[in-house]
Amino acid sequence: MRVELVKRPQHSKLFSALSPLIALALTLLCGAAIFAALGKNPAEGLYFYFIDPLREVWSLHELAVKAGPLILIAVGLSVCYLSNNWNIGAEGQFIIGAIAGASLPVLLPDFQSPVVLPLMLIFGMLGGAAYASIPAFLKTRFGTNEILTSLMLVYVAQLFLDWLVRGPWRDPAGNNFPLTRRFHPDAVLPEIMPTSGSAHWGIVFALVAAVVVWFLVSRTIKGFEVRVLGASPRAGRFAGFSGKRMVFFAFLLSGALAGLAGISEVSGAIGYLQPVISPGYGFTAIIVAFLGRLNPLGIVAAGFVLALTYLGGEAAQISLGMSDKVARVFQGMLLFFVLGCDTLIHYRVRFAGRGDSMAEAR
Amino acid sequence: MKKLLLGVSSAMLMASVAAPALAQDKTKACFVYIGSKTDGGWTQAHDIGRQQVDAELGDQVETAFVENVPEGPDAERAIERLARSGCDIVFATSFGFMDQTVAVAQKFPDVKFEHATGYKTADNLAVYNARFYEGRYIQGQIAAKMSEKGVAGYIASFPIPEVVMGINAFVLGAQSVNPDFKVKVVWANTWFDAGKEADAAKVLIDQGVDVMTQHTDSTAPMQVAAERGIKAFGQASDMIKAGPETQLTAILDTWGPYYVKRIKAVMDGTWTSGNIWDGLAEGILSMAPYTNMPDDVKAMAEETEAKIKSGELKPFTGPINKQDGTQWLAAGENADDKTLAGLNFYVEGVDDQLPK
Repeated sequence: MRVELVKRPQHSKLFSALSPLIALALTLLCGAAIFAALGKNPAEGLYFYFIDPLREVWSLHELAVKAGPLILIAVGLSVCYLSNNWNIGAEGQFIIGAIAGASLPVLLPDFQSPVVLPLMLIFGMLGGAAYASIPAFLKTRFGTNEILTSLMLVYVAQLFLDWLVRGPWRDPAGNNFPLTRRFHPDAVLPEIMPTSGSAHWGIVFALVAAVVVWFLVSRTIKGFEVRVLGASPRAGRFAGFSGKRMVFFAFLLSGALAGLAGISEVSGAIGYLQPVISPGYGFTAIIVAFLGRLNPLGIVAAGFVLALTYLGGEAAQISLGMSDKVARVFQGMLLFFVLGCDTLIHYRVRFAGRGDSMAEAR
Repeated sequence: MKKLLLGVSSAMLMASVAAPALAQDKTKACFVYIGSKTDGGWTQAHDIGRQQVDAELGDQVETAFVENVPEGPDAERAIERLARSGCDIVFATSFGFMDQTVAVAQKFPDVKFEHATGYKTADNLAVYNARFYEGRYIQGQIAAKMSEKGVAGYIASFPIPEVVMGINAFVLGAQSVNPDFKVKVVWANTWFDAGKEADAAKVLIDQGVDVMTQHTDSTAPMQVAAERGIKAFGQASDMIKAGPETQLTAILDTWGPYYVKRIKAVMDGTWTSGNIWDGLAEGILSMAPYTNMPDDVKAMAEETEAKIKSGELKPFTGPINKQDGTQWLAAGENADDKTLAGLNFYVEGVDDQLPK
């Protein structure tokens, strides 16, 4: 007895579109089962997880703060993944973008003017793009596997930031604690509606980036190039598209967006550099990109869903005393069911006995 | 399906409206943790304190916590959510939560906040810490008695004042017994990493130290010390199981009595803000049993502990010179808390360059 996956000749358009929703529903069902197994009321558990964080305005702001970097990074990653470039190092590009942008208020604290913030954002994008160009260069020049190089550069970036804030960039007035000086007011990304909550302009950048990249991928020649080279590099070459230029395009774009997310987070939400500035946004964004089916508009929705699991995790901890691990379990289940649904839409399962497969072989 | 969902969610809404009414008489104390509450070190010590609150104050109090909270915006959100969920007092138990605690405290003037190991206060925001250096001083004295070579190893985490203070106190304690005593320091650059800590321990032992202490949280150095047959001190929790014949004593973080005291103050309405720096006398830290040492050393350690508790002995009392030989404290002069809290230099006898 063998289990086989057989490609379906045609897959249902309807189910393809519904797949993330089915996955979400399955996650909720299994989540309820987990709550029950932990001895909690499942309805109450799901309520605190998915509804309580949406009930108040301040919490919606927090949702936007959390979703902003995820969306911004995932939108860039979608171009990479569509064009068959496996950038796993957005976390590192996020950090280097933050460092590059933060260099202005940290190193030149007396340079205070309205141009500081725009310059910081540009530096952030340049920093992220420059850092992403390393795996792109290694891939095009030496054929190095970009999954490994981009991933390993994450650790380099993390250690570089750690060294900076404990060493040369440490706040001289900060009692030796590993923090840089606080950014001056001109260097802080403003809040959108300061009276109602703490969401800053990062979420706006994310939404704009999503719309622009959606237009780029679905409505322009460049987007066509991205998709053709991703689906079939050979066909792309026949069409006159350059695979190497595409590698750079995808990495630079996603690096710039990750860098922008980094400087937005540091400038809008944290206010200084510290040894750790990201709770793994660059990696979670990979889940967001696939949950959004590599479609920038889908990614916006997916970003909010993932952000909600973080917030809900806290609410459940406070109200029900659940472990924070449950939030991770939810994220894992979500990705598992999305991939599972996608697989089953494109393939069907066949239980083949020994005899059958022999017959087929003949 | 849709109807079912609507029914379920409206039932849940009603449940949530009814829930707060039950909790109104109790004082709610909430905790924000940087790590997992079972990390075997820093966070676990705070959570044991929280459990002690539950045990001692029983029905009068309700506790809640959020664990594994990253520093930065996540911390601010977690603290704000606690403040909004009806907490009367919120303990933020990591230095890195400082500015976030300050920000939330500004928004919620009616809620009390306490931030561990920080230095920024407000009317409704107190900071608290333990004088761990008192325990270090006792350890230094024991080390000087136990060491034949006159050199101790010190596994340090990060060059922040808290850690530098501990190294200095250890040296001063040791020098009160043996004025020529030296300390070798290895910076592990981590609070908890068994592999790195074990490597640091091996390096120190290879350099010839015959007694060792640590300002990192894992039991790895204790295990290495046990394997190589030298004596060592435990950190944060009693590590006697990792070195039954190795551990001399350990500094225990015992936050429980402090938490009980402060939460009671909230109940009585006597809570006030401030910079609270308790020591052995108040019980915010304590010493594990003195073991694996001769009776006279044990007697000396107990006597020193008693003197520190009574206030007769203050570890940072002059004459003390800085590492470069210049005077820091004149004879009889005590270091003030502000200097200690920002300490960024070694005293004489430390065989190390302080990382800058």
